[in-house]
Amino acid sequence: MSQPILATRGLTRRFGGLVAVGDVSLELHKGRLHALLGPNGAGKSTFINLLSGELEPSGGSITLRGEEISRWTPDRRSRAGLGRSYQRTSVFLDLTVHENCRLAAQSRLPRGWNVLQNAYASFSVREATQASLEAAGLPVHDLRLASALSHGERRQLEIAMVLATRPEVLLLDEPLAGMGSEEAIRIIELLRTLAPSHAILLVEHDMDAVFALADVITVMVNGQVLESGPPDQIRQSPAVRRAYLGDEEGHR
Amino acid sequence: MALPGEPATRRPWAILAAGLALALFPLLDSPFYLELITKVMILAIFAMSLDLLVGITGLVSLGHAAYFGIGAYVLALRTPRYDPASFWTTLPLAVGLSALAAFLVGIFVVRVKSTYFIMATLAFAQMFYFLFHDTEFGRGSDGITMNFKPAAAIGDLQVFDFGNPRTTYFVALGALALVLGFLRFLLGSPFGRALRGIKANEQRMRSLGFRTYHYKLASFTLAGALAGLAGYLSALQYGYVNPELLSWHQSGNVLLMVILGGPGTFTGAALGAFGFALLQEVFQAATLRWQLLLGATIVLLVLFVPGGLASLRARFRAALVGGPRP
Ligand SMILES: Nc1ncnc2c1ncn2[C@@H]1O[C@H](COP(=O)(O)OP(=O)(O)OP(=O)(O)O)[C@@H](O)[C@H]1O
Ligand SMILES: [Mg+2]
Repeated sequence: MSQPILATRGLTRRFGGLVAVGDVSLELHKGRLHALLGPNGAGKSTFINLLSGELEPSGGSITLRGEEISRWTPDRRSRAGLGRSYQRTSVFLDLTVHENCRLAAQSRLPRGWNVLQNAYASFSVREATQASLEAAGLPVHDLRLASALSHGERRQLEIAMVLATRPEVLLLDEPLAGMGSEEAIRIIELLRTLAPSHAILLVEHDMDAVFALADVITVMVNGQVLESGPPDQIRQSPAVRRAYLGDEEGHR
Repeated sequence: MALPGEPATRRPWAILAAGLALALFPLLDSPFYLELITKVMILAIFAMSLDLLVGITGLVSLGHAAYFGIGAYVLALRTPRYDPASFWTTLPLAVGLSALAAFLVGIFVVRVKSTYFIMATLAFAQMFYFLFHDTEFGRGSDGITMNFKPAAAIGDLQVFDFGNPRTTYFVALGALALVLGFLRFLLGSPFGRALRGIKANEQRMRSLGFRTYHYKLASFTLAGALAGLAGYLSALQYGYVNPELLSWHQSGNVLLMVILGGPGTFTGAALGAFGFALLQEVFQAATLRWQLLLGATIVLLVLFVPGGLASLRARFRAALVGGPRP
């Protein structure tokens, strides 16, 4: 079995008395799309926040290529190849669409301190900016302010920004939520092309997308892992049916 | 020239015209206004340095006068009683020590969140104020009068004769042009872009991999250095310093200049310095309660012209031809 890129062991996060994430062990491998399912409040976003470093764990470990990273800052994790998107869109509203992505790409520049250079001078940044905008289905020279975008377009921009940082591990928190069906199909196709070369954790309520894309599915309920395995196993699991799939309408 | 991916925001013609007007102004031969405009140009540098924090990085400092004052005091303290100080050594020293002070303060203050940032910068500025106000070393509340203006000689050649107010005027104008050019260039650099990203959404910048703490610290240090430059020039102009240069009134005034001009464009901050000084002159001549009037005017301007003086051009254009409002 291949070495996981990112792995958690017994990862736990409490908010006061509430165990938002309890004892979750999970592995992300290159070339595998790992879907994380669960009803509202299951702890999926909290889990991503723990991985990206925006929350500190109450217990357990996170390792990246075997190295313990649970005390690393979010920016250090990003530079180490972790990229995340937000469930609640978090783009730079008062910058242009293009600049949003360009900034994201700039984060990979070795000399970001340079004050004697023009921000557009770097070829690699320009290239990453264009490629990511294109991949997410946005115009490459989009000079609209991000605040002028529709909700669905902001979701696309959110994904373009993650891609612009060229991450090895993608942590995507409900990327399809709020997107039109055409854009959703586009992003599903995009994820399919990204999957072989990335390790992806996909939190998503869209069942069709999840079962079409996922290599592994983990189902969380109340912060605990209910079941984890290949899509067929999850589809047939009585526990999952009872806890989650059974009342699917309630969540979407 | 508009950059790809950015709307055209540059106004080289307006800036060049203003620069030309300032360059020709001494021809009017009015000592009073020459001195006034020298002072205002120095304040404009000071205001632009604060704009780097407020308008670009999103850090609202209420203690920026500390670095202005340190720059001024360096010249005063380095001027011997019976000799002029050297311009070439005291200027870099003033800028360097202001930068160092800002760096040391920045290590603590750029960590904290907005409201606390305001208080922390104010607290440190008060500390510096009392350092000069209450110590032997700072010569107390009376301040220091310099017997000589600094000498700027290369070999036997006197490059700048600061005894002549015109020289000071042109040096201030040159410094203003250089600082404005540098800051506007910086805006287009990866560093400047990162600062704007931090102002827009620091958390997201961090999750994109930026060491935002380092960027903010660099910005704070640079702003301190430029404020120190302004302070140095101010001490050079008047030949006199006192602790009031570091007071929170001064910090508040420069913040008002930035707000009046419209933060985030540097030219706005410079305009704000001119506007502020103009209002001050007008009201001071008219009434003893000029501070009240000045405050009220600025409040009204901020309420009714949210983008500040820098947005007026776009506003007029919008009113005339119905273009987009800023
Ligand atoms: N900062 C916080 N402080 C206190 N409680 C929190 C905090 N963040 C999340 N929680 C709680 O933790 C639990 C898990 O929340 P989380 O957002 O991770 O759920 P989720 O699985 O992402 O749900 P959804 O599908 O609605 O996005 C919820 O009960 C939530 O109220
Ligand atoms: Mg969530």
